[in-house]
Amino acid sequence: MAQFLQLALSGIAIGCVYALVALGFVLIYKATETVNFAQGDVMMLGGFFAYTATALMGWPYWAGIVFALAVMAIFGMAAERIVLRPVLGQAQFTVVMVTIGVGYVMRGVVTMTPGWGTDTYKIATPFAEKVVNIGGAAISLEQLMIIVMTAALCAVLFAFFRFTRIGIAMQATSQNQLAAYYMGIPVARVNTLIWGISAAVATFAGILLAPITFVHANMGFIGLKAFPAAVVGGFGSIPGAIVGGLIIGLVESFSGFYLPEGFKDIAAYIVVLLVLMFKPSGLFGEKLRKKV
Amino acid sequence: MSFFTAENLSIQFGGVKAVTNVSFEVERGEVFTIIGPNGAGKTTIFNLISLIYPPTSGRILFEGQEITGLAPHRVANLGIARTFQNIELFEHATVLQNLLIGRHTHRTTALWQELLFLPPVRRAEIAHREAAEKVIDFLDLQHYRDSFVAGLPYGVRKVVELARALTTGPKLQLLDEPSSGLNPEESDDMAFWIEDLKKDLGITVLMVEHDMSLVSRVSDRVLALNQGEMLALGTSREVQSDPRVIEAYLGKQE
Repeated sequence: MAQFLQLALSGIAIGCVYALVALGFVLIYKATETVNFAQGDVMMLGGFFAYTATALMGWPYWAGIVFALAVMAIFGMAAERIVLRPVLGQAQFTVVMVTIGVGYVMRGVVTMTPGWGTDTYKIATPFAEKVVNIGGAAISLEQLMIIVMTAALCAVLFAFFRFTRIGIAMQATSQNQLAAYYMGIPVARVNTLIWGISAAVATFAGILLAPITFVHANMGFIGLKAFPAAVVGGFGSIPGAIVGGLIIGLVESFSGFYLPEGFKDIAAYIVVLLVLMFKPSGLFGEKLRKKV
Repeated sequence: MSFFTAENLSIQFGGVKAVTNVSFEVERGEVFTIIGPNGAGKTTIFNLISLIYPPTSGRILFEGQEITGLAPHRVANLGIARTFQNIELFEHATVLQNLLIGRHTHRTTALWQELLFLPPVRRAEIAHREAAEKVIDFLDLQHYRDSFVAGLPYGVRKVVELARALTTGPKLQLLDEPSSGLNPEESDDMAFWIEDLKKDLGITVLMVEHDMSLVSRVSDRVLALNQGEMLALGTSREVQSDPRVIEAYLGKQE
């Protein structure tokens, strides 16, 4: 039982990270109908900024988080404004290639930056090496904090999209841009802001992931797990991204223990295939049937 | 100074002259209708007025202020609302939610106040709800208040779109083919509401319309276009009896 609980909690912890990266995918997809394949690399860059603030500049952990979130939000907005907006309206394929390109460039630039490079770094957290005992299972405080902080972020985002003027305007824009314009919503500015939020969410994921995998130039490949998470949840659904992330995390954790070696790495994709077979629009997907 | 002025509007798409030198003025409180056969440039003029694209030449003035070249989201702030020929609603939201988004430009509370749901936010929320309810009563939408838009019949969606436009509190209402796709009964209701917009709410209406019985019933003045150029401007009766207009619709008499 204790072992089961331990596996479940570590599955949920890593699932939270998948969920946040998936959330970044979904936010941008809902707003601009673009899949940002650089999302994992945005997370990676965010991790590097957090590392820079805490390790190189000696800032406390929480200040480092705020710093990285702010820098990356600006980065996300700048990326939308400078790189994405000029190709908006082009074929989907063009836009997707641009985001893949941006990801490559980011990885390249990080490895070339003095002080960053190709090494693996650690972000010191205030909860390192502490263990909490829950129902006989020994859970590292770091894993527990991933879950707590993800829950807190989700609560903030929920309140933002549900209750604030700009959050509701964002929802409206994602449903119908043309109509949003004539409600007086500055659609272009809203989309820029979405990219900023999405980059900040990815950065948060990177900071949470740092104690588990450390910060390195290729940590963005976790996006390959977050993408299935978004698909399982139904691409375009915010709660779907969270649930999808948790499912992928749990399946991975359990299959790594109970199934033969190797299954852990493909478990996520098997789940995607099953979901797509039985529920093609994903668990929370909106059925988009155009009425004529 | 007139309420709304279009001055020598022209637009070209590549080599195609969609609209050439169209000028007209709309007086405060009137219903002004643009008619013309298919491809006459009616919707293009509408898109010019609602700033979807800038004219190749010419100016648009609203209440004496030039609005040509503004971003399209600014028109709501100025007090201009529009509907679309093919209905553009927020499909995955209820009728009431659609109307409340119409209050966007009237919301002035700050983000942190909204997150804490402080008294000013609560008071504003009540005021916006009241504004939406007034429109719901005006257009008889009580029955559909909490229905999701995606499931509503076409005729109701058309009314919901008008309702959402009215919730923005416009001085000038642009209607793009308000009766298209409606059955005769619904079309009759629409004519009724357009008259009420003018009489009861004092809103100026500028519309594009095909249905000539609706046009003659509600319009104070009519502008007929053909192939992007002005054919005739006057009362509905004058325009409909103009030989050039008849020719444009029916072809030359032998």
